[in-house]
Amino acid sequence: MTSHAATIETGVRRPERGLGVYDKKVGMWVFLCSEVMFFTGLIGSYIILRFGASSTWPMPGEVLNVPVTAVNTFILICSSMTMVKAFAAIEHGDQRGLRLFLLATAVIGALFVSVQVYEYRELIHHGFLPSSGLYGATFFTMTGFHGFHVTVGVICMLWVTARAFRGGYTLEDHQGVEVIGLYWHFVDLVWIILFTIVYLI
Amino acid sequence: MATIVAEATGTPILEEEHGRPFIRKYIFSTDHKTIGIQFLFMSLFFLLVGGLLALLIRYQLAWPGRPIPLGQGLPETVAPAGVMLPEFYNALVTMHGTFMVFFAIMPLLVGVYANYLIPLQIGARDMAFPRLNMASFWISVPAGLIMLASFMVEGGAAGAGWTSYAPLSARPDLSGVSLGQQMWIVSLVLLGLGSILGAVNYITTVTNMRAPGMTWFRLPLSVWSLFITAILVLLAMPVLSAAAIMLLFDQTIGTNFFLASQGGQPLLWQHLFWFFGHPEVYILILPAMGMVSEIIANGSRKPIFGYRSMVFAIIAIAFLGFIVWGHHMFQSGMNPALAMSFMISTLVIAVPSAIKVFNWMATMWEGNIHLHTPMLFAVGFVMLFVIGGLSGVYMAATPVDIFIHDTYFIVAHIHYVLFGGSLFAIFGAIYYWFPKMFGRMINPTVGKIHFALTFVLFNVTFFPMHGLGMGGMMRRIYDPEQYEHIAGMQDTNVLVSLAAIGLFATGLLFLVIFLYSLFRGKPAPANPWNATTLEWQTPSPPKHGNWKEIPVVYHGPYEYSHPAMDRDWLAQNERPDVVSPAHQPATGSTPLQKGGASE
Amino acid sequence: MDWSLPLNASTQGAMIDRLFWLIFAITMAALVIVESGVLWFLWRYRRREGRRARYTHGNNVAEVVWTAVPALVMIFLGIYSGRIWAQIRSPESFPEDALTIRVVAKQFEWNITYPGSDRVLGSNDDFTIRNRFEIPVDEPVVVRLQSEDVIHSFFIPQLRVKQDAVPGMVIPIWFQATETGQFQIGCAELCGLGHYRMRARVKVHDQPSYRRWVTERSAAALGVTD
Repeated sequence: MTSHAATIETGVRRPERGLGVYDKKVGMWVFLCSEVMFFTGLIGSYIILRFGASSTWPMPGEVLNVPVTAVNTFILICSSMTMVKAFAAIEHGDQRGLRLFLLATAVIGALFVSVQVYEYRELIHHGFLPSSGLYGATFFTMTGFHGFHVTVGVICMLWVTARAFRGGYTLEDHQGVEVIGLYWHFVDLVWIILFTIVYLI
Repeated sequence: MATIVAEATGTPILEEEHGRPFIRKYIFSTDHKTIGIQFLFMSLFFLLVGGLLALLIRYQLAWPGRPIPLGQGLPETVAPAGVMLPEFYNALVTMHGTFMVFFAIMPLLVGVYANYLIPLQIGARDMAFPRLNMASFWISVPAGLIMLASFMVEGGAAGAGWTSYAPLSARPDLSGVSLGQQMWIVSLVLLGLGSILGAVNYITTVTNMRAPGMTWFRLPLSVWSLFITAILVLLAMPVLSAAAIMLLFDQTIGTNFFLASQGGQPLLWQHLFWFFGHPEVYILILPAMGMVSEIIANGSRKPIFGYRSMVFAIIAIAFLGFIVWGHHMFQSGMNPALAMSFMISTLVIAVPSAIKVFNWMATMWEGNIHLHTPMLFAVGFVMLFVIGGLSGVYMAATPVDIFIHDTYFIVAHIHYVLFGGSLFAIFGAIYYWFPKMFGRMINPTVGKIHFALTFVLFNVTFFPMHGLGMGGMMRRIYDPEQYEHIAGMQDTNVLVSLAAIGLFATGLLFLVIFLYSLFRGKPAPANPWNATTLEWQTPSPPKHGNWKEIPVVYHGPYEYSHPAMDRDWLAQNERPDVVSPAHQPATGSTPLQKGGASE
Repeated sequence: MDWSLPLNASTQGAMIDRLFWLIFAITMAALVIVESGVLWFLWRYRRREGRRARYTHGNNVAEVVWTAVPALVMIFLGIYSGRIWAQIRSPESFPEDALTIRVVAKQFEWNITYPGSDRVLGSNDDFTIRNRFEIPVDEPVVVRLQSEDVIHSFFIPQLRVKQDAVPGMVIPIWFQATETGQFQIGCAELCGLGHYRMRARVKVHDQPSYRRWVTERSAAALGVTD
């Protein structure tokens, strides 16, 4: 390593390119890494508690209503589809398509949360609470935090939609649409994992 | 000074400067420098709070059962007639650790210097997300206030230690603390959110906003360490948040994640806490190491020795930091075979740490050492960090840990790392960058007096704690005279406490120096230390937007005593063949050669 | 304070102390090298007019050396510590015929159940004493550690024994006293407001005296249960 900087380079004109991705997208990816660790903390605890549990764990469908949630999962996946459509629309400069599909995404997301609220009410009505053993504690914590993330997503989605109706996104500049899309797909992905481990196995 | 305009987005930030109203300029500012300074004031305040709590702890340990001087003012519920109660002692121990770790050292390193230095040292105008940056500060403030307010609620502040081991922390009926513990959790979740937002910002800024020519291996080591630290914050903080929320649910809505009586696992809390907690330890030391590297190169007037191995050592320490958490749990009932693997990974961390120490020494070797105040603190850091690092070997060795775990040997160790290490580096950094931040100098003589007093009193306070630990004194003991084997060491406890009072007084002296220099210090030139990195190539303090023109970087960060120069430093944006500051390089010069010289 | 470890009165204590002082020797050597090096450089290379620092960015040989040396030392320490750890804590290290005692911690006391004359826990000559831990010298003792409420830590400095007691778990540890005497159990894990006074007396008997004590206590226990 001796004196390897002794020779000095000549000048440069362009900024260092970094990842070649615009800031907001990098920021969202980085933030999602943090979210991954948050859900890893919750899901990891669930796995440790479930396999360390002395009593038997309820079978799928024993407590939870799997068919309703399966439909709800389908609903959430649909919202990811409309999100993709919204992004595709603005990629082609299609303002009408953008508005339509953004609005659809927000509405379907809200529908998902509503079904989850309905599910919670039914469960609580039947006496299944966060204090109902480890099963209740882990179920409500994990699905609750996911529902919270969807709710935040819906609020942001409405904000983006409102901006889209004011013509805030163009063919050239639609970073906001892509960034909220990243978040939306992430939350969708988390749900598929949660649905699998909480409801199906 | 050779600078070229090389901006893609030419927002006229400089013109904006004068038009901003007071509240946008100083309170809800989005300028990274203002936010850094706001973090500085906030964390110095909490450093003072933490120090005050430490004084109370030391008073009780030296003179158990005696009324605290001026303690008559304390409420009956914590100290009737000025004599503190055991539950108050537990709250003091808990809150001292919490304030120091989360609200003093961490924001001092990350909040202050990541904010202040990153854009200036990489040659950017500001952070990637200035408003997010402001939010991260204004989330931290209420977090700290909630923590502080928890002293005032019924049952007092959290008293289960800064690690808040469940089930003690989860069961108000056993700890006597309910609301205080919940406020502790809410405060840390808020602080975690603020830190994560900050980390997103720092990572994005460093990856995307480096000035032309500022390649990864030309970044100053402070930026490298802050960047890696941001990754640690990003990945470790959310795990603490998740765990803390589960603890909150255990306390409030009847879940039982950590309560064994209903199938939960107390050790799960420890695993989650330390999965966060050990990276946290490196969050608290890596930025210190980076800034010390900066100061030692400057003070020695030499390029940092082994720049690349310094970078790889930072990365190695950070990576290993995620797989050593179990070494806090050797005596916790964890599987002994698992302890073996944690011991090995822990001992491995000694290697990159040793590399750093030897590289600092080698940087000083054959230098031309200027012992300015920051350099004194940086050298102090190396000397004390070595002690803290070496004492870590004792507890890494699992059999020895059986004896010294949860004794004052551990207390000595963490204070050598966090005070002798982190806080010495912070003092060094404050002295070093004060002229840049505030445009004024700190008198070097008073700085040196402050260093001498801190160095001596620090060692008198904390070195004897090794002996107390070897003698078997447990941590968090309200009355050491309860035990035969500890009562015999009471004279040492008195000595430690006397020195701690002196150390606190020295801290007050520093505050006086700081505040005096803020208003009365001599005006600082742009580059008082003849330093090479970019922040010194703009006026002190830098204007909003930092640069007239974005600088262009030609070589590595520590080109001190370059043979082509008459003076003993060469700034990152200077070329030795064009020393004249009037010179403007010709436009259209050749692009950066990848893999070239100092690349 | 006399800057030494307390009197050692157990077999594992001897191993732990040996390792402690070995690490002491290694770390002291490292400490002296680094601190004297730093001070020497500060003096030798102090600022002088006309002096110019050597312009160098590093030296691969030197860096490899100071990477390899600590690595080797750490590998050695890891292997050596691992062997001692296995002798103290691995499940295979537990002697089969050891005297087994149950210790149940709760805020803020230690409830100690002795197996009685038949040396079997769970039989009706068992007896439980609060805050008194009495064991024989020169005989392996297994402590089955439990907690009723929060985490406590069972610490006897002179026997070099420390283990957390965790609710919901039964954690066995073993040790063998080598000297008779009176010591104390301390709680080493913050367990609430009485943590500081959660102590118990420890008495290491010689063998005949221990047998006498157990026989007396067992007889009393049987008397009570009848």
